[in-house]
Amino acid sequence: MPEQVHTESSLRRFLHGLPGVDTVGAAQRTAMLGTRSIKTTAKAYAIDLAIRMTDLTTLEGADTPGKVRALCQKALHPGAGAPRVAAVCVYPSMVATAHEVLRGSGVELASVATAFPSGQAPLAVRLADTAAAVADGATEIDMVINRGAFLAGRYLEVFEEIQAVKKTCGPAHLKVIMETGELATLDNVRRASWLCMLAGADFIKTSTGKVTPAATLPVTLVMLEAVRDFAAAHGRTIGVKPAGGIRTTKDAMKYLVLVNETAGPDWLDPARFRFGASTLLNDLLMQRTKLSTGHYGGPDYFSLD
Amino acid sequence: MNMFEYAPAPESRSVVSLQSSYGLFIDGEFVDPRDGGTMKTISPATEETLAEVAVATEADVDIAVAAARRAYDTVWGPMPGRDRAKYLFRIARLIQERSRELAVLETLDNGKPIRESRDVDVPLAAAHFFYYAGWADKLAHAGFGADPRPLGVVGQVIPWNFPLLMLAWKIAPALATGNTVVLKPAETTPLTALLFADICRQADLPAGVVNIVTGAGETGAALVRHPEIDKIAFTGSTAVGRNIAQAIAGTRKRLTLELGGKAANIVFDDAPIDQAVEGIVNGIFFNQGHVCCAGSRLLVQESIADELLDALKRRVSQLRVGDPLDKNTDVGAINSAEQLARISELSSAGEAEGATRWSPACELPSQGFWFAPTIFTGVSQAHRIAREEVFGPVLSVLTFRTPAEAIEKANNTQYGLSAGIWTEKGSRILAVADKLRAGVVWANTFNKFDPTSPFGGYKESGYGREGGRHGLEAYCA
Repeated sequence: MPEQVHTESSLRRFLHGLPGVDTVGAAQRTAMLGTRSIKTTAKAYAIDLAIRMTDLTTLEGADTPGKVRALCQKALHPGAGAPRVAAVCVYPSMVATAHEVLRGSGVELASVATAFPSGQAPLAVRLADTAAAVADGATEIDMVINRGAFLAGRYLEVFEEIQAVKKTCGPAHLKVIMETGELATLDNVRRASWLCMLAGADFIKTSTGKVTPAATLPVTLVMLEAVRDFAAAHGRTIGVKPAGGIRTTKDAMKYLVLVNETAGPDWLDPARFRFGASTLLNDLLMQRTKLSTGHYGGPDYFSLD
Repeated sequence: MNMFEYAPAPESRSVVSLQSSYGLFIDGEFVDPRDGGTMKTISPATEETLAEVAVATEADVDIAVAAARRAYDTVWGPMPGRDRAKYLFRIARLIQERSRELAVLETLDNGKPIRESRDVDVPLAAAHFFYYAGWADKLAHAGFGADPRPLGVVGQVIPWNFPLLMLAWKIAPALATGNTVVLKPAETTPLTALLFADICRQADLPAGVVNIVTGAGETGAALVRHPEIDKIAFTGSTAVGRNIAQAIAGTRKRLTLELGGKAANIVFDDAPIDQAVEGIVNGIFFNQGHVCCAGSRLLVQESIADELLDALKRRVSQLRVGDPLDKNTDVGAINSAEQLARISELSSAGEAEGATRWSPACELPSQGFWFAPTIFTGVSQAHRIAREEVFGPVLSVLTFRTPAEAIEKANNTQYGLSAGIWTEKGSRILAVADKLRAGVVWANTFNKFDPTSPFGGYKESGYGREGGRHGLEAYCA
């Protein structure tokens, strides 16, 4: 156990001792990076990278086996010459269905768990949720933190719950969703990032996509600073996953520039950075075609799944 | 190796149509100088000649001042404020409409990155005209009496670091208050002022209200000495400012001076570190450090100095130095060979006096004038690089132990133009800002400008204020 977390009070002291974040300054930094002009070869590289970083997601009450199978096929066959996405992300009840399609393909199978999206269920239920997803074949688990406990200042409780989920995950990768839209301040985002990383997260993720605002550039900036500083302090590299609201290639480019100039090029890898998105992929594919052929295909040239 | 190398993204030059030579803008017309003298203006990034520009002599200045006087007496002086406002609004809109052209030309002539000319210089120049246009018919409510009167003909001399923006700072309040102007742009950066002359024609500004005389120091001296000038407004070095003050001593001329600086950027141990690093970079590497209010002295609390310097060096290593017209360039070219020599000389002195010099590995173009971003650590107040204005991308880092020591060191300079404070503690911001002898104090930010905010210095940084309501006072009797 890291030395910062011996007790509730030592953990609190550590998290509150992290440097503050100036909101205006963070927004200005991301606005400036948003003016970076990514053209020609750099754009081609970035589009393929963004596709390889995508967690193709469907998280609807209306999800059916048919819908999930279609999404998995899209993941396996995104379009002529395009690389495959990183993973497909579904609800636990759909993991078995997705597993049948994706097994052995190299595309990871991610499942949200722990009473997603609110996390408002007893710990035993949340752990059982996780265990079931892993048993059905999920190779990545996207859990939600207990925002109620975090906002009430019960940091150790949040910490121990993440540890328990991590243990339940076994070999599966753990992404921890902080739901930054509910944490509200960038100071909280920085504290929650460190809390999740200390507790054993493999990835820290912004949002469920069910709360507005979902991923924003300033929030992702603060998380990228946290993984950069954590790697320097502890020698362990943690991934970052913005999710929700990233719909266009232009958005994705801004995130990749942010990664490149904050955590550095080491994080420009699907093992360390992912996009949680559903509609982003088609725009990436459309821009990819535009770049190679010089003109846009109509929307009917790209499959709707 | 970084696979995500940004491909070149150059802004097109085709939006600007340069003439091979330019005359003087006097009485609404471009005219040749009396004795036909010219000078070349070059692009500092490539050393290519951009155009030939006229050199105004005493005779030309005389004609320009006479034109300004005529315009003052017959048109601009008697014109109601609400009508003057129309012209200023029109100029502001034309600056916006021609913003790309102005930005590219500014970057070509000055060497600053297109990102800055496009996102800072040109929008702020337009904002100044909009702001003072709004004042033109409300001068009675500005707090300078019931009916503040203009001074008459104003001579204005501006520097090369923000050519168009400094022009706007000077011309907008002067015109709003009913004065007419003769402006001399800097020797190395006359082109956007000449394009502005074209904007004045496009706006149908009455002839003689704005006159632009290009040239070097001699032209400026002729303007300063001219007996028919009512006021001199100067932005530039403290040395030249001193000469001007001596030259007009004992005359009726009014004077405002906006001179050098050696600003302290103070980082306390409870600062938002990541944003402080951004602020330090913006404070000293913005516009290649060619900024009179640049945060050229970093005062960092000793307890966090190592951590902060590591983060700062990592960040500075990412600065993209090179082609100013590339939209991804962060640091452009040094404006002139002369300025490059001065920066090099002071940096060598810093090393010779025992400070530790550091620059990131960065490839500089072979043509043009370039200086890598440079940080000096182990600097003390006694070093020349802590006392003299470098006016380049060179940061001197000093440490302090207590707030009192920080304030003492920050104020221990002959300048007093600006300062920065970085702390998450609001009460500390107020307490320290109160004790800093600097015209502008930024808290948790740096190098932010707004037309509504007055700007000016203490001590040898000059006198008079530009910007805001205060900026009107310098042009009212």
